[in-house]
Formats: sequence, C-alpha cells, structure tokens
Amino acid sequence: MSTDTPVKNDVEFGSYKYGFHDSMDNYAFKSRKGLDAQIVRQISELKNEPAWMTEFRLESLAIFESRPMPNWGGDMTDLNFQDIFYYMKAANEQETSWEDVPEEIRRTYDRLGIPEAEKKYLSGVKAQYDSEVVYGSLQEDLSKQGVIFTDTDSALRDHPELFREYFGTVIPPGDNKFAALNSAVWSGGSFIYVPKGVKIEFPLQAYFRINSQNMGQFERTLIIVDEGAAIHYVEGCTAPTYSSNSLHSAVVEIIVKRGARCRYTTIQNWSSNVYNLVTKRAMAYGDSLMEWIDGNLGSKLTMKYPAIWLMEPGARGETLSIAFAGEGQHQDAGAKMVHCAPNTSSRIISKSISKSGGRSSYRGLVKVHKDAVNCRSNVVCDALILDPASRSDTYPYIEVEEENVAIEHEASVSKIAEEQLFYLMSRGLSEAEASAMIVTGFIEPLVKELPMEYAVELNRLIELQMEGSVG
Amino acid sequence: MSAVLKISNLHVNVGETPILKGVNMEIRQGEVHALMGPNGSGKSTLAYALAGHPNYTVTDGSIEIDGVNVTEMEADERARLGMFLAFQYPVVIPGVKVADFLRHAVSNIRNPDRKEGEGLIGMREFRKEIRERMNELGMDPEFARRYLNDGFSGGEKKRMEILQLAMLQPRFAILDETDSGLDSDAVRVVSEGLAKLSGPQMGVLIITHHERLLEFNPPQFTHVMLGGRIVETGDASLANELHANGYATVRARHPEAAAENAKAEAAAAV
Repeated sequence: MSTDTPVKNDVEFGSYKYGFHDSMDNYAFKSRKGLDAQIVRQISELKNEPAWMTEFRLESLAIFESRPMPNWGGDMTDLNFQDIFYYMKAANEQETSWEDVPEEIRRTYDRLGIPEAEKKYLSGVKAQYDSEVVYGSLQEDLSKQGVIFTDTDSALRDHPELFREYFGTVIPPGDNKFAALNSAVWSGGSFIYVPKGVKIEFPLQAYFRINSQNMGQFERTLIIVDEGAAIHYVEGCTAPTYSSNSLHSAVVEIIVKRGARCRYTTIQNWSSNVYNLVTKRAMAYGDSLMEWIDGNLGSKLTMKYPAIWLMEPGARGETLSIAFAGEGQHQDAGAKMVHCAPNTSSRIISKSISKSGGRSSYRGLVKVHKDAVNCRSNVVCDALILDPASRSDTYPYIEVEEENVAIEHEASVSKIAEEQLFYLMSRGLSEAEASAMIVTGFIEPLVKELPMEYAVELNRLIELQMEGSVG
Repeated sequence: MSAVLKISNLHVNVGETPILKGVNMEIRQGEVHALMGPNGSGKSTLAYALAGHPNYTVTDGSIEIDGVNVTEMEADERARLGMFLAFQYPVVIPGVKVADFLRHAVSNIRNPDRKEGEGLIGMREFRKEIRERMNELGMDPEFARRYLNDGFSGGEKKRMEILQLAMLQPRFAILDETDSGLDSDAVRVVSEGLAKLSGPQMGVLIITHHERLLEFNPPQFTHVMLGGRIVETGDASLANELHANGYATVRARHPEAAAENAKAEAAAAV
C-alpha cells in the first residue's frame, strides 16, 4: 500500500486556499470595537449621510437591541457583538482605475483573480475591500443605457431620490435581529438600477472579502430591475483565516418589476471562523422571474434563506442552493417562497454535502396566502453525507391558506455509496479523487448554472476540501 | 515476456461467510479463459476479489500480477498494475461525464505514478482517441458527454464497459457476465468488441452463461466452479459440453462441492 503523501502544487494555499491576509497598517479609519449609538452616529457622520439615514440607523440599532437572539438554527454562543469592529475604511479615496489601487490591495485581488475575470468577459467589477469599495469600473455602454452600478454609499449620495424610494422597503429593519443590525451599521454593498427594457447580457460581478480580525462586514445591496429589464448579478466571497470570530451580516434587497428577470448568484467561501448571517429577499411582480443561486462553502455558521415574494400573477421564483459543511461547520441554508398572488410558481432545489463532522440543514418555507389560487411549488432536497460523523437535517415548512394549489416536496439523503467508490477506484482513481468526483457530480446540476469561471472555482474548492479527507 | 495473473489457494469471505475455498488459476497475457458454474458457485466473488472490492476479504492465499503480490492492495493500485473488471452491474455516477471520468482514469493508468492534482492526459489527444474507440464500438460520440451510466439501457452500460476496456488497455480483463441481460444484437456488438481488443497483450477471464461471447472469443481454457472451488479445467469443448448439458454431470462428478454449492444457493435465496 502506498504511503506517499500527495504533493500539492500550490503549497502557499495550505489547507485553505484564500487564507492569506495583508498587513493591517493601511486602514484609513477603524472604529473602536463594540456597538452603541455613538459608534452608529460616528459611522453616519464619517459618511456625510443625510439626517434621515442617521435616524434610520439609530432606530435600527434600537430594534436590534430589543430583539432576542434567535433560538433556532445554529449555535451562536461564541458570538460577542461587543468584540467586533463595525466600521473600517481601507483607503480614503475611491479608486477609478486599476493602476491607482494601492499595491497591497492590488496584490490581494491578483490572487483572487479579479483583473483576469474582468478582462475576460465581465461587463463591470465592483470589489469591496473591507467596508469600502476601493475599485470600480463600469463599461461605458451600460452607463449610456442608464444602468446605475455603484456602491451603496455612493448611491445614497448621488441618487438620493431613487435610493430613498426603495431602500429598506423589501427588508425593513424590524424584519429580524440581523437585518436590524445591518440597517444600523451597513457600509458598502452594491446598488444597481436597470432601466425599463434594458437587458444586460453579461453577468455583473462583485467580490467581497473580510480582511481584518474581528471585522464585521455589513454590506447592503439594493437592486432594482425595472419593467422588462434583465440582469445577472454575481457575488463571490472569500476571506482569510483568523483565529477569533468574525461576523458577516449582509442585507440584499431586490425588486423585480413586471416582466423583468433577475438572477443573483453567490458563492460564499468565508473562512471557518465567520458567522455568516444574511437576509436576502426579492419582490417579484407580474410575469417576472427571480432566481437565487446560492452556494455556501465556507463560514463557521451560515444562516441564510434567500426569499422570493411573488407579488402579482405570473411571477416565478427559483432558488438553487448548494451547501458544503466540513469540519466545524454548520450550514443552515435554504429558501423561502411566499405566494401572495394567484398563478404564481416557485421551485427550490437544494443540495447539501456534509463531511468530517460538518452539519448541513435545509430550512425552507413555502407559504401560500389566501386567494392565491392556482399556485405551484416544487421543492427538492438532496443531501449527501460523506462519513458517519457528519449530519444532515431537513426542516421544510409549508403554510398553505388556499386549497387550489399544487405543492410538492421531495427529500433524499444518500451516503457516498461504497459501490460508486469501488467502481471508480477499479478504474485507477484514488479514493480521494473518486470521492471528489462523486461530490462534484452530485452538485453538477447546479454548477452548470454558474458562469464558467465560478464553476471552475467551485469545483477546485471542492477538490481542495476533499483532499486528504479520506483513506 | 508475457505477464501472469496468478491466483493461489484463494480463500475469500464476504462478511463472516466463506465463499471461495481455495481457488487456483494462472492466466497469461494473450490467453482467453472461460469461467463457468451454476449460481452461487463463487464466480462473481472471484471477480470482485481480484479487482479488490473492500467487502471481499481474502482470508488465505494470494493474487499476483506479474510477480507482484497485490492481495492487500486497493482497487486503484491494482488497476494501475493492469487489472480490469467489466462489471455485471455497472454503477451509475450521476453528474460525472463519461469523458471527464475516463480522462482521469486513462491518465492514472498510463502514468501509474501520477499524483492527485497533477496534469491529465492532453485534451486533444484524449478526445481523438475516445472518438476513435467509440466509432469502432458503434457508439454515438454524444455518449462522452453523458453522465456515467446514468439513464443508460442495459446494452449501453455494457458497451460503456467495453469502451473503458478499450481505453484502459489492461493486461488482465475480467468480464463478469458482460453478456447477461442483453438482446442478441447487443451481445454481438460486445463480443465482437472484445474480440477486437483482446490480443497478445491481454489476458482475459470471461465469466459467462452465454455461448455467443465464447464463440467470438474462443477460450483456450474453460474452468468450472462449484462450491467455491475450481472443480474442472478443460479446453473450449468443456464449455460446449456445459452449454449443451448444463451442470448435472459436473455435479454428479463432484458431489461434495455440489452439496456446498446447494447450501450457498439456499442461503442466498433466504
């Protein structure tokens, strides 16, 4: 039997590919640790925000403080809200071209492959370095069509009316404790407005990463897709590894108007000390289509259930969810579909993989309001458990107030079949290669929905996760 | 010099149950052997044990490939040394494309020292080769893009096994009832395919009930298994006799092994 240890080509990546970090000296501003009204005021002041936003933040803080911690989902006993930096600023000015970006930050992005990505086919890049966007570009033709793609802070300043009309309307601060937290301390994120009838052919892309210890990241994204318009927005997260806990709590609000289409793709790969507590919701109006593609690979605990409210007849919602829970990880992920109008349809496909003691939970809600007749909903959950130490749970909630509807739910749990492993190994594949192949095959139906670059990265990440995990 | 697959006094348990009770066989590259025997005699157990299935425990005896003792080796190591099993029931691997899987397999088999993550065989070269092999086997090139055995008919699965055999070019190929469950056209395709592939570089062990496969691939040796042992070895005429008369005469000649076989069959039926 061979005892050779496989030689890794990319030694620098170690066990966690993006587990590097830059020196901490380049922050233009860093708030003190902890959360109170003074910090919230300070954030708003530093951003030169209008009074209504300062008020909004303070009210949100009060809501956050008044709400108990959720008593369901994952274990958050190690999460100390007073041990977190709520605002940091990496560079004073927002950069306009790649060459002007400070070298250290550029090097970080080089390792994440951002410029290549942009060169290849992306129509615009917004990359968030900690709390502030430092680099952004948008192709001219999109601007000419009236598309607004900017960071959310700039949007508040430069498009105040549009901003105020929609901000906080899909997810009000009172929605849940973490939405309130984000509303109090939000910083950065993307703001996108796609005018009527404008269809953006290429995916718009943004990368986020947490770069400093105990740094909370609270980006706030607002996307408005006007009537008949179309957009595919892609967001990827990677974060370096640190020893103490970090918190990521984002809010994403999307409005998909009549006849419009929106696809929002996320791959999160936070390091395994990050609490990833995110609220994502879209309102889909008549004959529109909203799709969430949601990949959760990293973090210590993720609680995320992208929601679609189907507001008018003919609206469709679809969520594809992939979760990978490795050692010490709990992925509590899923989707919510709320049918508020007749003739609306929804589909949830969830695939989870648990390994080395990891735990993945599917938690989903399908709700049909009274009078929302002729609704259809289909939920499929498949779980793959790689070893006896790992765990998978399914929590499907179905609330139906109307009789004339069609709701289907299927769930399956499988273990990597010994026969599959043997079959592949009998063709010369090592146990690790064979396991990785079975796992990538398991999620292939979702991966093929991703832009090529993301698909490749996701497969590579899963291979890394699988290396040395068996045998 | 041609290599030998040498099976010596092989005892194999499945769980606590002894199935093989001292099997001896030598297969040289270039030879075709037929293995016949009634249900429960241990034919498939021998096939799995040779390929290295973890549930088949060797309790005594050994398996050698070209003088290398592989008895304790994992299935992938044996494959890299030239062992190949065409499965009676090929396994479905959802989401894994035939071409991706085979490119990995071919890379490992042709470069046995390849480490995980190291380069695969060149895409262009591989594509050309798989297209040629598929063409020879009368397979639609579209199969390369399908998920491995997923939604394949019985005949398609068996043809996929033969395609793998063609691409991997093992030194020793074991075909476990590759002809079972196929209509006569499919049996012909598989039989002809094997006949084309096997040559002086390949030792073949054909486990079969079917005449057709042996018609196209006449064996130099026929072995009869009963109660976990090889009870008779002859030439092609023995296979013909068994096809004509069944196993009654063999049972009569070996009453002890026949009794053990009957016990195993009864146990399997419970």
